[in-house]
Amino acid sequence: MSQTCVEVRSEWSIVAARQAGRTIAKEVGFGSVDQARITTAISELARNIYLYAKVGEICIEKVVEANKVGVKVSASDNGPGIKDLRRVMEDGYTTSGGLGAGLPGVKRLMDEFLIDSKEGEGTKIHAVKWLR
Amino acid sequence: MKPSVAKLIETKREIISEDWLKKVEEVRREHHLENISDHVYTNTNKEFVEIILNAVGQGQESCDEQLSGFTERLIQLGWPLSYLTRGLQTFRKVILDTLFEDQEGKGDFEIYYEVESWVDEIVNTLVNEYSGSWENTVFLQKMALKELSAPLIPVFEHISVMPLIGTIDTERAKLIMENLLNGVIEHRSQVVLIDITGVPVVDTMVANHIIQASEAVRLVGADCILVGIRPEIAQTIVNLGIDLSKFPTKSTLKKGIASALEMTQKKIVKIEN
Ligand SMILES: Nc1ncnc2c1ncn2[C@@H]1O[C@H](COP(=O)(O)OP(=O)(O)OP(=O)(O)O)[C@@H](O)[C@H]1O
Ligand SMILES: [Mg+2]
Repeated sequence: MSQTCVEVRSEWSIVAARQAGRTIAKEVGFGSVDQARITTAISELARNIYLYAKVGEICIEKVVEANKVGVKVSASDNGPGIKDLRRVMEDGYTTSGGLGAGLPGVKRLMDEFLIDSKEGEGTKIHAVKWLR
Repeated sequence: MKPSVAKLIETKREIISEDWLKKVEEVRREHHLENISDHVYTNTNKEFVEIILNAVGQGQESCDEQLSGFTERLIQLGWPLSYLTRGLQTFRKVILDTLFEDQEGKGDFEIYYEVESWVDEIVNTLVNEYSGSWENTVFLQKMALKELSAPLIPVFEHISVMPLIGTIDTERAKLIMENLLNGVIEHRSQVVLIDITGVPVVDTMVANHIIQASEAVRLVGADCILVGIRPEIAQTIVNLGIDLSKFPTKSTLKKGIASALEMTQKKIVKIEN
């Protein structure tokens, strides 16, 4: 299955990742509300990479499973990692003066959410939205 | 260039130039320059080969000047740089082939070296001209974009609108804040409408900046109304868990203007006659 990856290292690559996501979401058949959800989720993950890890990658792909299709967004970086995974998933927790709504927001915007992070090694996040 | 090599090139000038004009046709096809008229194309190529070959006789400096003028025109006409560099590669090949045709010249390292450094010099000039022009263009576009990026427009007495169109990055977020605060004071606005109809994605960063900007506007004594929230954006904002309930919002600019008029005790009436 084809996969589009965007290297994140500047603010403009966040826009590129979003656009790639919107294109694939459209192809899969998502309506405008879900397209906005998927693009916003990508925006949050890409911006977190840019802010906290400096460099990383966002990959977007169509996924097919049994009798459903969807879009999977994967974000990975080799940045500082996250010490307390439970805390970053709480609404309002931020270390940068943001709203602290990004990660919990992505979880609500998408249907599946998986985060794996080790301090000093990096962060990997997978999120899937299913077409219904 | 060594006089001996220069002389050799000079004697073969006709052959080199003819051969090059023939071979460069291929490059033209590769670069989709077919839509340029044959007349312009042939003349430009002839001029190019003249300038390069003149460098042999006149020395680098006067050639540089001619080359700059020539490149400037090509940039304006929109010829790609790759066409020129490919053309020069072809040129180098033609020249070496021609010079090495004679038995005695074959494998002459001196000729090879002279031709190489001569062509390199020309490539450098071309690349410098082109990149200089790009930097200039990018700079001008950046300035133009900056001017367009967050205008505050006074529409009625004490009422201003800031229409935002396109992606909001950190630099633009800063401009939004600056222009809002300066504009509110300058136009003595009491109500400011921020219209986000044209903002493709409202993520936490954009929301955060808009919230901060509106709080700052309140501190200088005006009210902010957020308008143009498309239905899909409203949903993603809710999903993100961003609370805009404290924040006056209206779905359209039209409705926003209506409440702004009310807030400033104004009314639009139809004139009967
Ligand atoms: N890729 C990452 N690498 C390291 N730390 C991260 C990463 N992503 C998030 N974090 C940490 O998790 C915290 C919460 O992230 P989250 O995106 O939820 O909020 P935020 O980025 O602080 O604010 P915003 O609401 O603007 O997104 C961040 O403040 C940061 O400390
Ligand atoms: Mg974030």
